[in-house]
Amino acid sequence: MIVRILHEGQLEVPDEALTELNELDDHLINAVEKGDQGLFHTALAALIAKVREVGKPVADDHLGPSELILPGADATLDEVRKLLHDDGLIPG
Amino acid sequence: MKRFSEVMKAKTSKMLDKAEDPRETLDYSYEKQLEMVQKVRRGLADVATSRKRLELQQAQLKASADKLEQQARTAVGVGKEDLAREALNRRAGLQTQLDGLDAQRAQLQGEEDKLTLALQRLQTKVEAFRTKKETIKATYTAAEATSKIGEAVSGISEEMGDVGLAIQRAEDKTATMQARAGAVDELIASGALDDVTSEPGGDIQRQLDALSSGSSVDDELAKMKAELGAGAPAPKEIAAPGVPAEQPAGGEAK
Repeated sequence: MIVRILHEGQLEVPDEALTELNELDDHLINAVEKGDQGLFHTALAALIAKVREVGKPVADDHLGPSELILPGADATLDEVRKLLHDDGLIPG
Repeated sequence: MKRFSEVMKAKTSKMLDKAEDPRETLDYSYEKQLEMVQKVRRGLADVATSRKRLELQQAQLKASADKLEQQARTAVGVGKEDLAREALNRRAGLQTQLDGLDAQRAQLQGEEDKLTLALQRLQTKVEAFRTKKETIKATYTAAEATSKIGEAVSGISEEMGDVGLAIQRAEDKTATMQARAGAVDELIASGALDDVTSEPGGDIQRQLDALSSGSSVDDELAKMKAELGAGAPAPKEIAAPGVPAEQPAGGEAK
């Protein structure tokens, strides 16, 4: 499936990697919900590192949507919350 | 991050289903893409301008710091430790500012690099979209076109949403830095950074100038004293051979 890392582009990630990515994703969601800065950065870095490791960059001229969109590697907890909060999905 | 994905998708797919004829959607989307390319270009130029401004300020502050260091050296040279200390304290303050500016400059450079890549990617996608748009239009049959168009449009919409966020981010950072840069400009303009006339203890340079002219006066005094000192014992030396000196005197008297 195609995953987008914001401000970095799309990567084609093999389906076998999904279980592992989901685990890392759970850590990240946990960190966002707790509002723990340190945990957030560690979890985001781990998730993005894994996506980069298993994913192959999609050609620039590819014109298709992504199945999953991730924040950029240097995103802050505040930025992520703000993006979510804009549409009122996560209060606070 | 499913929710995050959903939010992002919702943000980027609003452009779909604009027109009754899907082919109009293609043209509409393409227009938006060209606008976005322009917007990224402008954003990139703004970030570069801010970065250059920071670099200019860094150079100015660096010059002030160097001047203060030179003043400290001079002060140590003439034995005025208090002045040297004052100059070095000021220089340390400037160094903190300089370090801060450098971190900001690095941040802006990072944004600039990211936007440059984003622009490249977007331009490639826009060009691919234009080709695809013409192909779809040429071979248009309503049934298959809708899904093809949907795929292409939502793909590029997502890219534009991404780039739009990147620009927003860069603009936010640039705005923060311009506010700070304005404050530093005012500080530089006020002369408070390296001209300390307004503060107790007075202008380091003026004091040093006074000291160095003072010390050259001292030098001259010392020289004169030495000369006179050399003259003062001279009578004794003359006095010593003064006894035989009477002989030539007496000789002259002859």
